[in-house]
Amino acid sequence: MRYLKRFIVLGCFCSLFSSAIVSAQSRDSLYTLDTNRYNTLSTVKVVAERMVKEVMPVQVLSGAQLQKLSAYSVADAVRYFAGVQIKDYGGIGGLKTVNIRSLGSQHVGVFYDGIELGNAQNGVVDLGRFSLDNMEAISLYNGQKSAIFQPAKDFASANAVYMQTKVPLFAPGKRSNFNFGVKGGSFGAINPSALWEQKLSERVSLSASTEYMYTNGRFKFTYQTKGGYDTTQRRHNGDVRMERAEVALFGVTNDGEWRVKGYFYDSERGYPGASVREEPGKFRHQDRQWDDNFFLQASWREKISDFYSLMLNGKYAYDYLHYLSDPREDVSTMYVNNHYRQQEGYFSLANLFNFTKWWSASLSNDFQWNKLNADLADFVYPNRYSLYSAVSTSLSLNRLKLQASLLHTFIKDKTNLESSNRSKFTPSAVLSYRPLNGVDLEFRSFYKKVFRMPTFNDLYYTTIGNKSLKPEKATQYDIGVIYRKSFKEGWLRGLEAQLDGYYNIIEDKIVALPTSNQFRWTMLNFGKVKIKGLDALLQTMVKTGEVDWTLRASYTFQRAEDVTDKTSQWYKGQIPYIPRHSGTAVVSADYRGWNFNYSFIYTGERYDSVANIPENYQLPWYTSDIGVSKSFYFGTKGVESKVLRVTLEVNNIFNQQYEVVQCYPMPGTNFKIKLNFIL
Amino acid sequence: MITGCKTVKFILVTAVALLLFSCRHLPDIQKATDIPVTGGEAGEIKGFFLLNEGNMGSNKATLDYFDYGSGVYMRNIFATLNPGVTRELGDVGNDIKIYGGKLYAVINCSNLVEVMDLKSGKHIAQIPIPNCRYITFDGGYAYVSSYAGPVELDPTSRKGYVAKIDTLTLSEVATCVVGYQPEEMVVNKGKLYVANSGGYRVPNYDHTVSVIDLSSFQVIKNIDVAINLHRMEIDKYGNIYVSSRGDYYDIPSTVSVINSATDEVVDFLELLPCTDMTICGDSLYVYSTSWNNFTQSNTVSYAIYDVKQKMVVSRNFITDGTEKEITVPSGIAVNPETKEIFIADAKDYVTPGMLYCFTKEGKKKWQVSTGDIPAHIAFTTKELK
Repeated sequence: MRYLKRFIVLGCFCSLFSSAIVSAQSRDSLYTLDTNRYNTLSTVKVVAERMVKEVMPVQVLSGAQLQKLSAYSVADAVRYFAGVQIKDYGGIGGLKTVNIRSLGSQHVGVFYDGIELGNAQNGVVDLGRFSLDNMEAISLYNGQKSAIFQPAKDFASANAVYMQTKVPLFAPGKRSNFNFGVKGGSFGAINPSALWEQKLSERVSLSASTEYMYTNGRFKFTYQTKGGYDTTQRRHNGDVRMERAEVALFGVTNDGEWRVKGYFYDSERGYPGASVREEPGKFRHQDRQWDDNFFLQASWREKISDFYSLMLNGKYAYDYLHYLSDPREDVSTMYVNNHYRQQEGYFSLANLFNFTKWWSASLSNDFQWNKLNADLADFVYPNRYSLYSAVSTSLSLNRLKLQASLLHTFIKDKTNLESSNRSKFTPSAVLSYRPLNGVDLEFRSFYKKVFRMPTFNDLYYTTIGNKSLKPEKATQYDIGVIYRKSFKEGWLRGLEAQLDGYYNIIEDKIVALPTSNQFRWTMLNFGKVKIKGLDALLQTMVKTGEVDWTLRASYTFQRAEDVTDKTSQWYKGQIPYIPRHSGTAVVSADYRGWNFNYSFIYTGERYDSVANIPENYQLPWYTSDIGVSKSFYFGTKGVESKVLRVTLEVNNIFNQQYEVVQCYPMPGTNFKIKLNFIL
Repeated sequence: MITGCKTVKFILVTAVALLLFSCRHLPDIQKATDIPVTGGEAGEIKGFFLLNEGNMGSNKATLDYFDYGSGVYMRNIFATLNPGVTRELGDVGNDIKIYGGKLYAVINCSNLVEVMDLKSGKHIAQIPIPNCRYITFDGGYAYVSSYAGPVELDPTSRKGYVAKIDTLTLSEVATCVVGYQPEEMVVNKGKLYVANSGGYRVPNYDHTVSVIDLSSFQVIKNIDVAINLHRMEIDKYGNIYVSSRGDYYDIPSTVSVINSATDEVVDFLELLPCTDMTICGDSLYVYSTSWNNFTQSNTVSYAIYDVKQKMVVSRNFITDGTEKEITVPSGIAVNPETKEIFIADAKDYVTPGMLYCFTKEGKKKWQVSTGDIPAHIAFTTKELK
């Protein structure tokens, strides 16, 4: 406790919170979301119902459970999933990427409302940029989604994170919903947001949401060694300003649904850089980055007949990035002023054929075009044309479910110097079995092969890029079990346990390590990695009197060995930043509109290099966050439609000074206040 | 309200339990490791310091010391000797030299020169110099090259400079603007020569050596040599050897020779690609790892150029086949007394490298695991206590 310091709450404010009670993620996956008015059981129960259909390992955070976490962004929430490591460069604006089961962040497909977010330039999506304000659910699938009726690209990543934004739902007699929120606190953060949902007709509704966020990004951090130096410094140039706006139309057809969404994101941020030895206060890091992201996406799904269903998806995306390092602001830096413009076009057609009640098959074809322009010397202006085709089939026998798919990927890269083609078949197979009637116990197993292309940066980045990089291959084996039970009486109301063991092999692994800052990388061909791991998840619902408890815990074991070179001194060394042990725990209690939430994250000892020696040792870190909220209901008794919620969060309550990535300090104790007004 | 009390109780119990989590032990001071590598030897030269660069942004520059008397290699000595120096040696060690009882380490991305006592290895001072690269000495002054010259109207054409540091007060006394991104330097007869690279101006590399008159500390001449200059050595006849990195595409790495009497280029060693070099007597030891963007491979060579005969006398001074074990040579040194040759191997740049010691005949004597990216060596005639 001696490190607990006094912080000043710089502002106070809150977040947007939806009044949605029932939400349709899709027509066949209806599930209830709770906002404090419904006890937490309903969430879990219905999520659990949905998960009955899942044969792949999946973890979901949704509705109130998601909103209760002391999280700034999707990245903070994803930390609570088993098997996940977030690479976090610290602060609200620091890059946050997700690494699932040690396969690396570029093997994670990130989907926003059903369509993948692409980044052909570096292949990673910064999950720190997606706020939880308008998020309904975040799901993590190992392997792929269980459904076979999906675009071919959904088969193309080793793991996938699906971000699902809120879908407009209207209480009987209501034609519009509003949700105003504002939050703020430490780091000079202020984040107002607004959501408007309108029923345009019985079949069409509209949703518009917007938010603004500013933070000065400043925080104090301490570096100390036992009996040695003890320094407290301040992180500078970590400010972020961003605006997000989204407009979506949702429609229902005779036997299907359609959606159109426009998304716009604009930001400016500073890069505080690696925190290394320096004459204190002498040189300021002043690197800056501006981003603009725009996309327009549409999807339509229709059941044409009992035999045939069809799904169309399309997207156009434009991403602009400007990076400036100016010696007029910081004498120690060299002048860098680069502009990157990426475009993506995507079209997908998926077909589902139901031969019998228990046998179906699908055929999906996706086409994608990516283009990158940059004002770099000797830049080759790459274009990439990708064609994904997937055939899959699903058998649903009495207690046994089987799925198999085969994906063909054809990629043509064209630069102003040359062109190259790559073509590959990758299979997957899934099996699940319920041994007992009437008992919700299911064994499951999957096998999946996948490869990822080197990104444009890997291949073509001037001086760093390496055209000779081979694609990275990943093979996954998983075996697991899930058990669920709910009770009507007694204190224990619900129980869910999942346990999965896995074995992954990565060949020709491409690893990017940051150099002077997050934006500049060193390319390495790491060779071969073998990963043995265990994911465990336990969730229970307990009722004591009027208090509803939700207890959630996850544990991850990972042994990720570099087996590139038998003669190397570091053969079988644990790969960088992967702890052997990590875990999370969340305790949430609801009582008469009050909610108390405690979350704990533990990341065990790690090494920042495959050379597992004391010089590269990183101490374990563990943070405790608490949140308290109170909801006030207004309106007619029984049909209270107006809600005011006040939330106070204190993160890292023990002010632990830690780093997730070496030389990128994380914030100590920080506060956040949220206000939501829902009507 | 019974349940409410229970809630409070639960919170209290949890809070108390969590206090157990609250205090994490502090990281230990990095410990030096003693590794016996060979038998003890007596001689004028008592040992050498090796500076490991460490990957950029990792704050992993480390200092090693080899003691000839005991044959023990001491890895990572700085933090142990200087536990009070905040954040250890720093980020990217770029040069190390000895002058007047002090040891100077240029720490590039920490923007400072670390000054230590030669006999004890104890920290004396740190001299802040933005983007500092290399160091040389003359007449009681240290000269440090830096990329970070004054910023003109056009920030892309920003020249570098040489800082003049008084070695008694350890403070900067003057600066002199030179060419673009200056690298290594040599001093001869009151003149300082600095190799300008222009590495940040691709494809408009610099191609000059700036000559500074040390009495006025002004540039008196720019010698047109070759593009992307880097290393510099001077022989006892007053000839200066300057390496060009080439452009990594069409123009290969070469070595040019400047006569310091006339300050003119007198020779162009077209067939002597050079990544790093060191001179000992009449022998210029040169290794080269030239990365070819088209073939996507490294070509490594270890040559000796005889400065008296003016010819390459060896194309591979490693004579026992050890060169096959070396992944990426990253540093070279020759003991002026015993003529032992040292080659450092950076391997993959993010794991510890290897230092190889060869007899003067080029046969491996010993090898030892170093810090990350071993690269710069300074021999000392005073034993580190």
